[in-house]
Amino acid sequence: MTMMTASDNTATSKSRRPSVDFKTVGPAVALLLLCIIGFLLNPAFISEGNLTNLLTRSAFIGIIAVGATFVITAGGIDLSVGSMAAAIAGVMIIVMDNAVETMGTGVPTVLLGCGVAVLLGIGAGWINGALTTKGKIEAFIVTLGTMGIYRSLVTYFADGGTLSLNFDVRGTYRPVYYDTFLGLPFPVWVFIAVAICGWLLLNRTAFGRYCTAIGSNEAVAKYSAINVDRVKTLTYVIQGLCVAFATIIYVPRLGSASASTGVLWELEAIAAVIIGGTVLKGGYGRIGGTILGALILTTIGNILNFTDVISNYLNGTMQGLIIIVAVLLQRSDWKLGRKPKA
Amino acid sequence: MSLDAPAPAAVIEAVNISKSFGPVPVLFSVSMDIRPGEVHALIGENGAGKSTLMKILSGFHDPTSGQIRLDGKQIALPPNGASETLGIVLIHQELNLAEQMTVEENVFLGRELRSHGLLDRKAMRTIVQRHLDEIGLGISPTDRISELTIAQKQMVEIVKAVSRKARILIMDEPTAVLTEEETEVFFRQVEKLKQSGVGIVFVSHKLNEVKAIADRVTILRDGQWIDTRLSEDLTPDLMAQMMVGRELSDLYPPMHEADVDAEIVLEVENLVAPAVRNVSFTLRRGEILGFSGLIGSGRTAVFEAICGLAPVESGTMRLFGEEVRNLSVAGARDAGLAYLTKDRKEKGLLLDKKMQPNLTLFALPKFVKNFTLDRKAEEDALKRAIRRFDVRARDENIIVGKLSGGNQQKLLLAKIMECDPKIVIIDEPTRGIDVGTKQQIYHFIAALAAEGVSVVVISSEMPEIIGICHRVIVMREGRITGSLSGDHINENEIMRYAAGLKREELH
Repeated sequence: MTMMTASDNTATSKSRRPSVDFKTVGPAVALLLLCIIGFLLNPAFISEGNLTNLLTRSAFIGIIAVGATFVITAGGIDLSVGSMAAAIAGVMIIVMDNAVETMGTGVPTVLLGCGVAVLLGIGAGWINGALTTKGKIEAFIVTLGTMGIYRSLVTYFADGGTLSLNFDVRGTYRPVYYDTFLGLPFPVWVFIAVAICGWLLLNRTAFGRYCTAIGSNEAVAKYSAINVDRVKTLTYVIQGLCVAFATIIYVPRLGSASASTGVLWELEAIAAVIIGGTVLKGGYGRIGGTILGALILTTIGNILNFTDVISNYLNGTMQGLIIIVAVLLQRSDWKLGRKPKA
Repeated sequence: MSLDAPAPAAVIEAVNISKSFGPVPVLFSVSMDIRPGEVHALIGENGAGKSTLMKILSGFHDPTSGQIRLDGKQIALPPNGASETLGIVLIHQELNLAEQMTVEENVFLGRELRSHGLLDRKAMRTIVQRHLDEIGLGISPTDRISELTIAQKQMVEIVKAVSRKARILIMDEPTAVLTEEETEVFFRQVEKLKQSGVGIVFVSHKLNEVKAIADRVTILRDGQWIDTRLSEDLTPDLMAQMMVGRELSDLYPPMHEADVDAEIVLEVENLVAPAVRNVSFTLRRGEILGFSGLIGSGRTAVFEAICGLAPVESGTMRLFGEEVRNLSVAGARDAGLAYLTKDRKEKGLLLDKKMQPNLTLFALPKFVKNFTLDRKAEEDALKRAIRRFDVRARDENIIVGKLSGGNQQKLLLAKIMECDPKIVIIDEPTRGIDVGTKQQIYHFIAALAAEGVSVVVISSEMPEIIGICHRVIVMREGRITGSLSGDHINENEIMRYAAGLKREELH
C-alpha cells in the first residue's frame, strides 16, 4: 500500500458512505412501509388508541430483545427467555399471594414481587452465563436445557393449571400495565428506558466494546486483556434482568401465569434482534435496530388483526417472511448488485 | 535451468496486466510468464501487488487491462477457483480445507468418485494413498484434517492440486508457518512436482529460500514490474535491494550498549507452566532480550504464563522488585507488562473491525471517562498511532483484514504500545512482513529500549535475534539451555544450544 497518498483517502471514504447507510436505515424504512400499508388498508391504524396499543405490545418483546442483543453480540444465544419469563411470573405470583397475609394487598407486596422478579432474573441469567463460560458448554445447549427446566417448573408450580394473583393485589398492581404517563402507557416508558440504557451500554461504554470484541473473535479479546468469561456471563445477567423487567410489566396485564405464558418469546426476541441488523454469529450489534425489529414484528400482527386481506392465523408466516427478507437485504454483497470477486 | 537450452514455451503468461480497485491502482502493466517445470518466485514488499497478481493469474480477480494467455492463447479465466479445471491451482495462505473432514474427503471434495450412484470410497482411498506414498508423508487418507500439523495440511493441499492434474501451482507464502525441517520436506515435494512438469509460482519473504529453490525470480515494487531474472544471477541481498529500491545496509539499527547495572525489572525463578519446565531469567531496564530456539521449544509458553494467558504451576516472579502471582492479562497490563502475539490474525486483531476499535481495545480502560468511552480521545489516539507507527491505509475506515500484513503488524504494535508498557514482549515481530517494514520495526524496538523500555523479542529468525538483541536466551524442550551476550551471540552458538548439542548450567 506504499503508493497510497492522502488524496486517495478522501476519495474512497466519500464514495463509501452510502452503502453503510443502507444497512442502518433498512429496518426503519421497512417499519415505515409497514405503517403506510397499515394505514392504506385501514386508516384506523394510525388512531392514537391503536398506536399506543401497538407500542405497549412491543414493549415485552422489545425489552427482552434488548437483552438478547448483548448476548448475541458477544457471540452467544439465549433460548430460555420465554420459559424464564413464565417461571419468574409464576414465582412472583406465588410470593405475592403468600405475602398477602403478613404484608396486606398494598404496594409493599407488589414491590416484594418485583424485587423477587429482579433477583430471579439476575440469578437465572447468571446460571446460563456460568454454565456457558465456566462449564464450557455451548450456549445453545445450555439454554435449550434451562428452557426446558424453567418451562416445566412453572407447569409444576401451577400444578398443570394457572397461577392467579390475589384479586386485591391485582388491583394495586394493575396501573403498572394499564396507566399512562404523559400520554404513554407505563410499559412503553419502561421500554424506552431499557432501550436508552441498552444503547448507552453497548455503544458508549467499554463493556459494550468488549461484547463486540468477544463476538468478533474471542481469542483476540482474551489477548487484549478482556476478562472474557466475566463479560459473557454479564451479558446473560443483563438478559435475565431484561426478562425480569418484561415480566414485571406483563404480570399485571392478566394477573396470572401458566405453562403457556411467554411461549415462543425467545424466537420473537431473536427475530427482532436479527431483523434489526445484529449479526447472529456475533461481533456486531445494534440496539436501535433491535427496537425497530420488535416494532416491525408487532406491527405485522397488528395489521393482520386490522384487515381481512390475510388471515390472522398467518401471522407467523408473515413474521417468518419478514425475517428472511430482512436478512437477505442485509447480505453485504446484495447492495453491490453482484458478489464482488474481491 | 541453463541459459543455453531454449526456454520451453510458457504455460501461462500475464501480459501488461494493470489492476485498480476503485480509484486505487495496485498493478501497473506487469508481465510474468510461467514455464512448465520451473519454480518462479514472486517477491516484493507487502503491498507491492504480489497477492493481486497471483489472484489475477488464477482467475480470482479480473485484470483492469492487459491479457492472460494460456498456452499462447488469450483467455478470460473463469472466476472463483473454477480455473482449477484448466490446471491452474492457487493455494491460499490460509489453507482451504474442511477441518472436520478426512484427507480423502478433502482431496476429492466436489468431484467425488461414484459407482452406482454411491460414493466409491475404496477407489478414492487407493488413489489418495498412492499420492501420499509418493510424497512419503506419514498420514493416512482417513485422518481428519483438524488432527494434522500445518505442514501436513499444506501437503494435503498439494496432493489435492496434484490429483487435479495441476499444471500451474500458485502458492502464497507456503513456508511462512513451517519449521526448518518441514520446509525441507516441502522443498523436496516442490522438486518432485517440478520434475513432473508442473510450473510453480511461489511467494516468499524468506530470500534465502528463494535463492535456494527458485529457477527464476520476478520482483515487484509498488505495483511495478522491476525485473525477472535467473535466480543464479541474484543474491538475497540484491533481491532485497531490488524489492526496496534502496540500500539495506541499515536494516538493523546501531546497537546501543546495554547498561549492565540497570535495575532488574523482571525476575523469574523456577517457572513451571504448560510446556515450560523450570525456567529462570532476569530482564533489565532498557534491555533487548532475545528468546531463541526451535518452534515448540516453549518460548511463547513462558511469556503466556508470565502475562496471565496460561496458568502458572509453580515458581516466583518479581516485577519491578515486587513479587506477583497469578496475574491476569489485565493485571499484567496495569503493572506495565504487555505481550504482543505472533498470531496477529487469530489472536491479535479483530479482522472484521476498523482500525480504531482495534487500536484501543487493549488499553480501553484508559479511554473511559465518566463510565463512557471518550471517542475524541480514541480518534486522537488513532491519528497519533498512524503517524508514530507509519500505518499506511488507503482510508482510516478500512476493515483491518484488508490491510497488508506489514500494516497489520504495525497496528498491532500500536495497539500494545497504547498502554505504555514498561516491559513489552514481542513474539515473532516480523513474521510474514516485508523487508522495509521489518527495518521500521527493528528501529522502533531499538528506540523503545533507548527510552528505557525493556523488550523481549521471541523470534525464529536468527539474523534478527543477532541483529537487535543485547542478550539472547536459548530454549529447548521447555528449558533454558543457554544464554549468550555481546560477541558470543552468533548463529552457530545459538543453533548448538537450540539443537541440544550444548547446554550450560544456569543458576
